[in-house]
Amino acid sequence: MFDLTGKCALVTGASGGIGGAIARSLHGAGATVALSGTREAPLRELAEALGDRAHVLPCNLSDAEAVTALPKQAAEAMGAVDILVNNAGITRDNLFMRMTEEEWAQVLEVNLTATFRLCKGVLRGMMKARWGRIVNISSVVGATGNPGQGNYAAAKAGMVGMSKSLAYEVASRGITVNAIAPGFIETAMTDKLNDDQKSQILNQIPAGRMGTADEIAAAALYLSSPEAGYVTGATLHVNGGMAML
Amino acid sequence: MSDIEDRVRKIVVEHLGVEEDKVTENASFIDDLGADSLDTVELVMAFEEEFGIEIPDDAAETIQTFGDAVKFIKDAA
Repeated sequence: MFDLTGKCALVTGASGGIGGAIARSLHGAGATVALSGTREAPLRELAEALGDRAHVLPCNLSDAEAVTALPKQAAEAMGAVDILVNNAGITRDNLFMRMTEEEWAQVLEVNLTATFRLCKGVLRGMMKARWGRIVNISSVVGATGNPGQGNYAAAKAGMVGMSKSLAYEVASRGITVNAIAPGFIETAMTDKLNDDQKSQILNQIPAGRMGTADEIAAAALYLSSPEAGYVTGATLHVNGGMAML
Repeated sequence: MSDIEDRVRKIVVEHLGVEEDKVTENASFIDDLGADSLDTVELVMAFEEEFGIEIPDDAAETIQTFGDAVKFIKDAA
C-alpha cells in the first residue's frame, strides 16, 4: 500500500523532527526526495542515511528569491516535483500586546508566504503531469488559537484557507491540496516547553501522551499517495483527540 | 495562413477539444471555446513552451481570443 515509486517529493524543514520523519517515510515508500532546510549539516546526514534517491537543497525560507528558485532546483535535481510537503515553520512567540511587527512579519513570511511561493512554483509541472500532491503542515493552534502565538496561529490558519482555495482551482487537474494539523508532537519545538507546561498540555489530550513525528509522517504519506486522490481541501487533525474538529 | 497561426490553432484544438473551424480570429477562449480560467492559464503555458517565449501575467490577461494569441506571439517572436 502507498507505493510512491517513481514520484519525486520536495520536503521543506527536513532538518527538523517532523520534516525528517516525513522525508524518511516518503522515501521508504519509493519516492525520490529533495530535502530542504536552513541547516545543511542535518540535511546531509539524513541524505546519507537514506542513501539513493535523496538530494540536499538548502534554502532560507525568509529569502524570497531563494524560495522562488527552490522548486526549479528540485525539478532539476529530481526531474520533477510530484509531491510538495510544506513543513518548514518557525515560532516567535510573544504576548499579543508585546508582539513586534518584526515577530509578526517573520512568522507570516516563513510559515505562510513561503508556502504560497512554493505551491505556485510547483504547480506548472503538476498541471502538465495531471498529477500532484501538496501537503501543507498546519497546526492545531491554527484552529484553536494559543496564547502567545497570535502570529503562528494566524499563519497556520492562513495555510488552511490557502490550501482549500488552491484545492478548488486545481482539483480538475488531478492535483490535491491538503493540510495536516499536528497537535503536540515530541520535537525540538516542543522540547522548549517546561514540565509545568507539558503536564498542563497532557491533561488536555485524551490520548494521554504527545504524538510522534512518525505519526505525522504516516498522515503525510497517505495524503501523498495515489490512494488519497479523492481527498482534497481537507485538514487531517493528528492530535490525540485534544481538539476534535 | 501563417505557420504561427497553425501552431497556435493546433494547441487550442488539442487543449480545449474543439473543432478546428471554431477557432477563428475573434473566437474567445472562454466565451466561444468553452475554456475555464484555468484552461487559459494552461494555454498560455503551452504557447510559452511551443514558441520558447515568456508571457508575463499582465500580458497573459490581455490574451482573450485566438487572434489575440497569434498577434502576441507574432510580436514576441
